[in-house]
Amino acid sequence: MVKDKKKSVKFDLPSKTTTSRTMDEELESDEDFLPDNENIISASEDEDASGDERKHTKLLEAISSLGGKRRKKLAERSEASLQVSEFAVNAEGAGEKVVLSDLLSSATEASRTDGSLTKTQKQLKNLEKLHATLELPLSHQQTEKIQREAAFQKASKEVSRWESTIILQQRAEQLVFPLNQQPNRPRRMEQVVTSWKTQTPLEQEVFAVLHAHRQPTLDPVLTPVEEAQLQAMSLEEAQLRRAELQKARALQSYYESKAKRERKIKSKKYHKVQQKAKRKAFLKQFEEMCKSDPERAMEELQKMEKNRIEERMSLKHQNSGKWAKSKAIMAKYDLGARQDMQEQLELNRQLTHKPLPSTELHGDSDHDDDNNDPTLTNDDQTLPDIANDASANQKEGANPWMKMTAVMPTAMEAEPKSIVVTTDSEPTEVAASGGGEGDAETEETEEERLLGEFARRRQLRKTNEEEEEVDEEARQKDEETSQAAGGPSISFTIAETSEEEEEEEDQMDEAAASELNALFGRLAKQGQQDAAPLATVGVASMDTLLDEDTTRVRTLEETELLTETHSDTAPMVESEAVAASGHGNKHAPKVKRRQKIIDLEQVLTKQAKSIRVPMTAPAVEDAEDEALDEQTDVIREAFAGDDVVSDFLKEKRKQEEASKPKDVDLTLPGWGQWGGLGVPVKKHKRRRFLKKAPPSVPRKDRKLPAVIISEKRDSSVAAHQVSQLPFPFENPGQFERSIRSPLGSTWNPELAVRKLTAPRIVTKAGAIIQPLSKDDVMSSKKTPGKRGAPDLLLANVEQGKAGHRPTAKRKKHKK
Amino acid sequence: MKVKVLSRNPDDYVRETTRDIHRVPRNYDPTLHPFEVPREYTRALNATKLERVFAKPFVGSLDGHRDGINCMAKHSKSLSILLSGACDGEVKLWNLPKRECFRTVQAHEGFVRGIVTRFCGTSFFTVGDDKTIKQWKMEPPGYGEQEEPLNTILGKAVFTGIDHHQIGETFATCGQTVDIWDEQRTSPIRSFSWGVDSFSCVRYNPVETELLASCASDRSVVLYDMREATPLKKVIMKLRSNTLCWNPMEAYYFTSSNEDYNLYTYDMRYLDNPVTVHMDHVSAVLDVDYSPTGREFVSASFDKSVRIFPKDGGHSREVYHTKRMQHVICVRWSADNKYILSGSDEMNIRMWKANASEKLGVLTPREKTTRDYNQKLREKFQHHPHIRRIARHRHLPHDIYKQRREQREMRDARRRKELNVRKHSKPGSVPVETEKEKHVVTVVE
Repeated sequence: MVKDKKKSVKFDLPSKTTTSRTMDEELESDEDFLPDNENIISASEDEDASGDERKHTKLLEAISSLGGKRRKKLAERSEASLQVSEFAVNAEGAGEKVVLSDLLSSATEASRTDGSLTKTQKQLKNLEKLHATLELPLSHQQTEKIQREAAFQKASKEVSRWESTIILQQRAEQLVFPLNQQPNRPRRMEQVVTSWKTQTPLEQEVFAVLHAHRQPTLDPVLTPVEEAQLQAMSLEEAQLRRAELQKARALQSYYESKAKRERKIKSKKYHKVQQKAKRKAFLKQFEEMCKSDPERAMEELQKMEKNRIEERMSLKHQNSGKWAKSKAIMAKYDLGARQDMQEQLELNRQLTHKPLPSTELHGDSDHDDDNNDPTLTNDDQTLPDIANDASANQKEGANPWMKMTAVMPTAMEAEPKSIVVTTDSEPTEVAASGGGEGDAETEETEEERLLGEFARRRQLRKTNEEEEEVDEEARQKDEETSQAAGGPSISFTIAETSEEEEEEEDQMDEAAASELNALFGRLAKQGQQDAAPLATVGVASMDTLLDEDTTRVRTLEETELLTETHSDTAPMVESEAVAASGHGNKHAPKVKRRQKIIDLEQVLTKQAKSIRVPMTAPAVEDAEDEALDEQTDVIREAFAGDDVVSDFLKEKRKQEEASKPKDVDLTLPGWGQWGGLGVPVKKHKRRRFLKKAPPSVPRKDRKLPAVIISEKRDSSVAAHQVSQLPFPFENPGQFERSIRSPLGSTWNPELAVRKLTAPRIVTKAGAIIQPLSKDDVMSSKKTPGKRGAPDLLLANVEQGKAGHRPTAKRKKHKK
Repeated sequence: MKVKVLSRNPDDYVRETTRDIHRVPRNYDPTLHPFEVPREYTRALNATKLERVFAKPFVGSLDGHRDGINCMAKHSKSLSILLSGACDGEVKLWNLPKRECFRTVQAHEGFVRGIVTRFCGTSFFTVGDDKTIKQWKMEPPGYGEQEEPLNTILGKAVFTGIDHHQIGETFATCGQTVDIWDEQRTSPIRSFSWGVDSFSCVRYNPVETELLASCASDRSVVLYDMREATPLKKVIMKLRSNTLCWNPMEAYYFTSSNEDYNLYTYDMRYLDNPVTVHMDHVSAVLDVDYSPTGREFVSASFDKSVRIFPKDGGHSREVYHTKRMQHVICVRWSADNKYILSGSDEMNIRMWKANASEKLGVLTPREKTTRDYNQKLREKFQHHPHIRRIARHRHLPHDIYKQRREQREMRDARRRKELNVRKHSKPGSVPVETEKEKHVVTVVE
């Protein structure tokens, strides 16, 4: 209702006022000019139609004049300004107030049509409708609580600024109190100067000039330019440089003259040796390069390859030249000519030899040798053929696939041929060895062949140079060295078998194990059995079973050789196998290892081929309950891959070894004689001061194969030993290291001792230590900055610019 | 042809002056100096033993008071002056090097509750049981002058403690409220109260100088900011704290001495748990003061002993006691980090060395190096049982020893009981409470 009324008021207001006003005026005029009106009417009285109208109006006037009230009202005068404001806002009466929405009426007609305006009007009205009261202020307690909380937050934030300082102090190696000691010695000139600020324009000008020349104010009195000049002119440096240049020049001339001299030497042998050395050096270099700089090595390799191809294209060293032909004629009668030709061929072979990839190199090298052997021995019979033969063979050798096919027959034939060859080429040796029976002879020849093979392999491993030797000489040498080579090869096997020995002993332990440890023992055994066939196949992954020579097992003989060595690893299995197969073998299971090793014949005889068996029977089935088996299976599954048992046994053996008392050498260096580096202690002295170890006390765990009882603890020393790892250390190693490094001046030089023994806190006698203050810390934080910008002018400029410095700087000052 | 001759450079063996020490060429080849660890171990052992032999911390006592000493204050500018207030209202100023009293002031009637020197060192303030705060000149009055205070402020209630701002001209007192005073005015410029009827101690933070902390009788420690109208926070503990002391080097740490025989170091930002609980006393701890380096603090206890704790160590590194020393009421660490002063019930002030085995006086360089080396050796081998046992051995009076054992038994019994309760109740219903958590009741914001 109210709203409607107001609305109507609002919209009608102007119009109403106007109408009322016009009415008033009209009325007034009516009153004033009534006679005039009558005159007018009378003038138009003539017409009839108009006469009616006049009557009607007259009547109306009469009626209107009846109400005296109006007349009275008309006489009233009103103050227009009260109701009509200059903003066209008006309340209805003098008592009414202007409402908020009234204000909007002053807006123009155009804006009134806008949607936004009406929207705000609506909002305003809604606001007016709301009659919510203000909330009561919070209770005193609560406001205080909020204030407290805010204050606390502020304080704790403020205090937290010290965190970095505190942490720094806590971590400091050394703290000297009082913290901000002013050095009481006189300050240096530069320090005084830097704190001085320019003031007058003249001073500023002077400093500007100085700054332009970058005149430093601190220690160095020279400008950078001057310094650079000085550096450039440094006499010692120049002298050094000159001396270096002189030396280089001299070295160059020496080298040149040497080269000239060498070029003039006519001796072929000299050049040959020289070249050989060069090649050797190059090879070495190349190997190193392979490791260090593979890219360059690759380039070199390509270069070599190119050389090889060129060599293959050319007819050089192919015994097709004039010289070769003449030699070929002579060859039949002249051993030297034959050798020369051979040399040529060898050279050719080397130069055209394609280097195999490293993986194949080892595997195939022996085949190569096998290959070469018969062919080379054939050389003796027919020379011209050989040349082609050799080259052809060589080509095959280059191709591993082709070689494979070539190898097989040769290998098969190897035996008889080799016999023939040996008898042919070395009649003296054969005569020496051939005195025995037929059986022995064959054995021997076989042995020889094998040894030769060993030796050749070994040789191959060394370098190519030995390949260069002509075959006959090489063979002779081979045969000779092979006899000697038995030594190292044997020692090798010893080294190899020492580990195996251990394992065997482990097994012996197992045999002695009680029922409780049956599981362990069986597991271990099975592990061994698993390992054995693997080894024979040659896929074994365990390092103990890995074979040192990398021959591929292709021929029977080779497998025999392998198994011969591997049979040592599983003697138990072997013995069982032997028993099963019913072989009346020489190999008793308990034969001493040493004997086996030294007795070459035993190693190499054919009888020792009983090792195929373990491949067929991998496990020894015991008549045990299946539950146990299951358990072992489970355990084995859990520990698949890592051989826990053998590791444990090894560990135990190691501990046993370690716990055995050892002889103590009490000789002191330099006691009673001269001491020092390289001066050996005399033998009789050593013997005198060598304290023999007492016989070892039997270990507590000697009958418990699955237990290690440490007997290290010595109660008399325990008082001096740390039982627990102390706090700041993370592992025993760390702690031990800290203990091991000595601090004293007996072991460390003076300065190091001073540094090592520096106390953590140093206080000055008689000085009051003030609590940390803001000024100290902030000033100390600022000082490095100052040191960074020691330039006078900069400071000056800063001062000048202080007006428009960025806020960050000002903040710093505030702090 | 080159001729080789033996040649020696005199610089290598000739001294520059006759007062110089002889040059000893040394060969550091380890083979020539074997057994470095055992040798150093022996040295460390000897050093530890000697340290114990020379551990004679008692320097002297200052007697002259006619009643128990209730409060002490260090002079802020001079190391040689100590102020002490006794229970009979007497204040004495002591010359420490001479160990004599050079001035006596009858400052109050009844106890002198608190005493503090102004930061400039020219005057000092005392509060007493007669409800007055008095400011005194440091210099004794001239000939014929009366001993009179510079200013006297009469308060409405008894003041129990006083502390002065580090650099400003304001000081704080505590009694029924904690009041902040301007030196120039006779009425406090601010007074804080938070539903407590009395406070026992108020201390300014020496680093963040606008902060204060106080111990209240409602077992709480309350923090204030001088600039704020309200206190900041308070932590209520199981038993009442007697005094507290801010760490002078680490702005947000303070340590409070508690009635429950322990001391608690708090980080003022995290009052929920103390950072460290320092236990070893066998009776209420009455006073605590930090060393000026902020690394250690000293505590005085009702059990007639003074203990020194590392600031982050749970147990004391040193305990001082004498036969005649009674309940120690107040303790201060001298500003040069060398001495500890303890005032006790039996009217004596005692002076102790902060480092028991330290040699007093000037040390020669060789003595210094030996001291440093021995110190490092002891540190290096401190975990070895033999050395540790020697280094940690202390003689205790029979009473303390007995009580210690007793308390240990009690603690064990309590722990055992708790374990048993936990064992026989529903899992999780008896939570494990760490030592730090045990002593805080609540934090009020």
